[in-house]
Order: sequence, then C-alpha cells, then structure tokens
Amino acid sequence: MKYLLIILMLSSPAMLASPAMAVEPSEMLDNPELEARARVISKGLRCLVCQNENIDDSNSGLAADLRILVRERLTEGDTNQGVVDYIVDRFGEYVLLKPTFSGTNMLLWASGPLLLILGGIGAVSFIRSRGKQRPETGLDEDETKKLASLLED
Amino acid sequence: MYAELGQYAIILALIFAVIQAIIPLIGAQKGWNNWMALAVPTAQIQFILLFLAFAALTYSFVVSDFSVLLVAANSAVDKPLVYKFTGVWANHEGSMLLWNLILAIFGAAVATFGANLPPALRARVLSVQAMIGVAFLAFLIFTSNPFLRLENPPLEGSGLNPLLQDPGLALHPPFLYLGYVGLSMAFSFAIAALIEGKVDAAWARWVRPWTLAAWVFLTLGISLGSWWAYYELGWGGWWFWDPVENSSFMPWLVATALLHSAIVVEKRDTLKAWTVLLAILAFSFSLIGTFLVRSGVLTSVHAFATDPRRGMFVLLILALTIGGGLTMYALRANKLKSHSVFATFSRESGLVLNNLLLSVSAAVVLVGTMWPLVIEFATGEKISVGPPFFDMAFTPFMIVLVMALPIGSILPWKRANLGRSMKPLWGVMAISVTLGALVWSLQTGGRIIAPIGMTLAAWIILGAIADFGNRIRFRKVPFGESMRRLGNLPRSDWGKVLAHSGMGLIIFGISSVTAWEIEDIRTTRYGETYDVGSYTFTLNNVKDLEGPNYSIVRGEVLVESETESFLLYPEKRIYTAQQQPTTEAGIDMGLTRDVYIVLGDKQEAGGYAMRVYIKPFVNWIWIGTLVMSLGGLVSLFDRRFRVAAPSRKGRKTTAAPAE
Repeated sequence: MKYLLIILMLSSPAMLASPAMAVEPSEMLDNPELEARARVISKGLRCLVCQNENIDDSNSGLAADLRILVRERLTEGDTNQGVVDYIVDRFGEYVLLKPTFSGTNMLLWASGPLLLILGGIGAVSFIRSRGKQRPETGLDEDETKKLASLLED
Repeated sequence: MYAELGQYAIILALIFAVIQAIIPLIGAQKGWNNWMALAVPTAQIQFILLFLAFAALTYSFVVSDFSVLLVAANSAVDKPLVYKFTGVWANHEGSMLLWNLILAIFGAAVATFGANLPPALRARVLSVQAMIGVAFLAFLIFTSNPFLRLENPPLEGSGLNPLLQDPGLALHPPFLYLGYVGLSMAFSFAIAALIEGKVDAAWARWVRPWTLAAWVFLTLGISLGSWWAYYELGWGGWWFWDPVENSSFMPWLVATALLHSAIVVEKRDTLKAWTVLLAILAFSFSLIGTFLVRSGVLTSVHAFATDPRRGMFVLLILALTIGGGLTMYALRANKLKSHSVFATFSRESGLVLNNLLLSVSAAVVLVGTMWPLVIEFATGEKISVGPPFFDMAFTPFMIVLVMALPIGSILPWKRANLGRSMKPLWGVMAISVTLGALVWSLQTGGRIIAPIGMTLAAWIILGAIADFGNRIRFRKVPFGESMRRLGNLPRSDWGKVLAHSGMGLIIFGISSVTAWEIEDIRTTRYGETYDVGSYTFTLNNVKDLEGPNYSIVRGEVLVESETESFLLYPEKRIYTAQQQPTTEAGIDMGLTRDVYIVLGDKQEAGGYAMRVYIKPFVNWIWIGTLVMSLGGLVSLFDRRFRVAAPSRKGRKTTAAPAE
C-alpha cells in the first residue's frame, strides 16, 4: 500500500530503480546471536529515503549501508541501545520508528490513556444518568393528573 | 471526441449538483413538494452524466488514445487489456472521477429506492449529498481534470506502474472508495436529521443499511490492500501502520462504532446525539484519509508546499465539511433528547463501551499518524511514528474490546442480571483459558502473543457461538423447538455471529503468524538442499523468460516435506516501459501455513540469495476479514431493512420524566 501512495502522489517510478533485497545474505553476521540482535535493531530504524519502511525490509542502498553499520557497531561490542544512540547521533530522531518517551512526545504516548479516561468519564456519567431516570410509567400527563387527584381523594 | 464528451459531462454534472444542493433544501424548508421532488431526477441525471464521463475515459484507455494526457502518462499499447480498464483509476485524476461516480451512484440509489423515505428527509439527504458532490466535482474539474489533451500526442504511453498491474491492487481502490464514499450517506442522513431536529428508530433503520454497505466495502478494500502487500511487496508483511493504511483504517474503526451505536438508536431510542456525531466523524475520517493521501502532505510538509493547489482544495473541502458538520451538530444536537432508561449492566452499556474503545483507538491512530506533521509544523524537527508505536498504543484497546465483546453482546437490553447472563459464557471462558495455557506450555521459547491471541480468539468465537446457542435456547428447549427458533432467527443475528467470529479468526491468524513465523535468508546454489522448519528446499534452476510487457527471472524451487512435495516459482520482473523491478514471491498457500519464497540477486561469489518463510495460519487473517464482511452482508439483507419499511410513528405519549 505504501507503494500505491508513492505512485499515486508522485508518479515517479525512478525512485524504485535499484533492484536489491531487504537483508542480503552477504551482510549477515556469522554469530547468530549478534545477527538476531541486528535484526531487532534494524526493524526499529527507519529507511531515510523510503516511505515509512524500516531498514530491515527496505531495498534501498542507503538502508543496506545502515544495516551494515548496525552490524559493525554490534561486532565492536556496542549494546543495542548504544547502536541506536550512535545512529540517532548521526541521522537524528527521524530514524527512530518508535518515538522517544521524552519531551513533547510524552503527549503522544499519553494520548491514548488520556482520551480513554476522558471518554470513560463521559461514558460512565451517561450510563449513570440513564440508570437514574425514572422509568416510563406509561401514563401521559392527563393520566398522571387524574391519578394524582384520585389519590388525593 | 470522447474526451470532450466526458469533459462536457462532468461540467453538466456539476451544474446539476448545484441545483440539487439548493432547490430541494429550500423545498424541504418551505414544504414545497415539487421543489423537493426535484432531488430525484437531478440525482439520477448526475449518475448518468458521470457514468458517461467514466465510460469516455475508459474508452480512451482501452483504445490507447495518447492524445489524452492521462492515458499517455499512465497506459501503454502492450499493456494487458484488463489493466487498461483498471488503469483508469490507477492514477490521481481517474480515481477522483471514480470517487465522484461512486458518490453519484449512492445519491441515485437513495433517489431511486428511497420512495419509502419521508419526502422532506429524502430531499434534505439528497441535497447534502449534492453539496459534497459539488465540492468534489469542482475539485475534479479545477484541479484534477482527467480529460486534458496533449498537443503532440506520443506514439507510446509511459505505461502503468508495474506494482499496480496486479489483480489485488486493481480492485483495491474501487472497494475502498465504495467504503469511503458510502459513509457520505451516513453523513448526509446525519445532517438532514440535525436540520429536522429529529432522530428516531425509523431514521436509524434508514441509515444502518447504507453504513453497513459502506462498512462491508471498506472491510473488503482494506483487506485486499493488506493481502496485496502480503504477496507482492516481497517480505510477507500484512500490515505496516503506514499513513495510507491508517487513512483507511480510521474510518473503518469509526464506521464500526457507528454500526453498533445505530443499533442502540434503532432498538432503544437512545444514544442519538452520539450516533449523529459518529456519522459526521466517520465521513470526516474518510475525508481526512483522502486529504492525507491526495495532498502529498504525508511525504513531508514541504512536498505539500511545493504543489499546494490540490492539497489546499481538499483541505478546504475538509474544513467546510467537518466544520460545517460539527457546527450543525453543536447548534442542533440538543434537540436530540432521548428518555429511555437502562441499567449499568445492559446491552446498551456494552455498546457504549464498544463505542468508547473503538473511538479512542481511532483517535490514537489519528494522533500517531498526524504527530510527525504536527511536530514538523510546530518545531521544524522531523520525527517518525512507526509500527512500534501503534503496536504498543493501539493493541491494548483491541484486547480490552475483545475481552468485553462476548459479555456485552450476550447481555439483554435495558437491565441484565450479570450472573444469569454470564452462565453460558463460563464454559467458554474455561475452554479459552485452557487452550491458551496449552499453547503456552507446548511452544518452546515462543512469544507471549501466541497464548494470549489463542485465548482471545477462542473466547470471541466460542462466545459468539454460545450467544447464538442462547438465542435459539439450544438444549434449554426440545431440539425441534431450537431448530424452529433457528429458522426464525433474523438475519442480523446470523450477521452478528459471523462478524464477531471473523474478528476471532483475524486474531487467530495474526497471533499465529506473529509468534510462529520461521524465516531463513541465505545464498544457495543449484541443487543445494537445506531445511527450514519441517521443509526441505532445493533451488533447481533460474531461467530468463519474457512476459507480455515485462522480462522475467524465474527460479524453480523444489519444496519437500514428509507428506508433500511441490515446485514453487519465485520471480523477479522487470517492466519494459519503466525499467522497474517487482518481486513475485513463490507462495504455496494453505489453511495451516504458507510457504513463501523470494528470489534475490545473483551473488558475486556464485549462487542466488533466497528468502524462505513458513507462515503458519496466515491466511486466516483474510479468511477472517471475509467472514466479517459476509456477516455485514447477511445483516444487510435483514428483513427489517426491506419489509417493515419503517413509517414514522407519531410521538408516543408518555409521562415526560422530570429532568
């Protein structure tokens, strides 16, 4: 679907020019544990020249370079967070598919719970108001008056 | 010649839309019958005109008339005929013409089949519908004219983007548009109701089938897009939380909420104002989706600024529709009072919870989708909000929704005894939890999503069946009596059990494939065998072949297991006109698993890169969406929408409760 977007909006087929695959076998590390970590990290990093694609899935050359960079850092002994920080330092927060929990982004992360609380208050008060209303007696105004006068007698 | 006729037709359609937007509305206010009646022929003529325009454009594509700019830019002589047809809407201008045509189809349908509507309501609905038509026809004519001619036509067109030359994607836009535009009916009914200051059970009955139809199309459209992404993009993902996907998913969520709240209006005559608001919001989300996709604002705020004409126009439509709709709502919603009463534990409360969760989850998707734009606009910084955010922020709402669903839907209207209502569900709950525990103990080192997913899937499917059994008093009354009840059960009850079970199947498919997928990436040579999961793979050969308008590199892979043996042919295609490569995965589809192979590049050291996936139960995602849509369709044919043509009852005289 993301390609559909590109096509419909930009109509520039040229941008899909270089045929390649996502993760290439030649890029992969021999150490399965490190490779598995590299895959996890890659899935959280954005391909900078693509539409909302992570570098693990992307076919672009730049994504391949980043994948290799991630693996280099891992081989040199960086922690997962260390690798991510290294890349964010160079390319900015834009590469993070998962926004940080800091600054204005707190509002983003809190939006769901906040809306749920607000909506929940509304829903609960609505339900309670429905419960409190007097049930329909089946009498219209005249009948109610009549009943009242009968009771008075 | 044909292009000019088409051009003429869309201009005429705009004129008729303007007439239809004004005259019937005045007629309805003044009570002039002949003014109101004008809405019917104008709606029908609009449909005929737009149908002609669409036919003219289609003809230009089929005969490859490259003097039409759009055809030259998006078609080619050697393109297979079917894609000459579908190429009509595989571009911006053509798809906007399709949008207008579908809008006119819905309008004409109300005009033609709405004889049982009160004349004033019908006039107002069609008038509002025509206002939307005016906006989008103007957008088409002034910013996105599909009929522009070229002075010097080329001999060959530049061809259709190869990714769009695919049956799944060819059908994806029309379905999605039928859904988007179908929601305009709900909007028009809502505005008409606000003008009249009256929403009653009859109104809900008229609105529900249109919303239901739109929802079915939207479900199918989203599902087709997801299926296409799965088999075409080459790594077997089925949902990416891409802004374009979100654009169709948000209206779906709101429409789902609307379907449920409309039931409350119809059966219990309450939740009226909220339902009207949802109807306005559902179409608003469709428009936001259109704006996001059509304006280019998604790529970046800057891309939007470089060619802002279309974007500004859609933004204007958006502002007028949403602003106008919400203003009407603010002014008139207080007229929509309801006095019916229900207890805390009741079907009504269950549906309120459903609406709360669906609306908040739609809002979360909206916030997540818009956040990068907001931040870039406010601070100039570029950030991304990707799948990890949506997985974390959206999924919990769905989990709670699914946990509550079987309980909410089995509760009786008005007042429930929770203990008694839950009786048929305790067994279901026990089975579901046991199943989850079993899955958890059996899988080795798998992810927690599997046991949770299986529990929820079983809970919702068995819960729906238990609810169904409860309805026919299965084993409570003699078998024959149950069967008689089964025969008498309204179609909407069948629809309910199907739609809810479909949801369960989707969860089953998603959690299976997420937890248990096996992936293998390696370089392989001819004749080399290797194992992935319980399968053995051998690359037999790779051949160069020619397709109709593309060249092919096709691998032949032998796949063997203890019980079966088959050949798969993963391909890479290079489309001649664009020199653009696409992947065609070799997929063996099955109910228990897909075997999915992607052929990569020839490696310098010899051999080919190859990716292999075993995807357990992945097809149940789309089987689930089909079952869900089928549920909608069955519900659509419920008797009450056809026969009991609801006549508006006079105001019931009851003792007005003190407030």
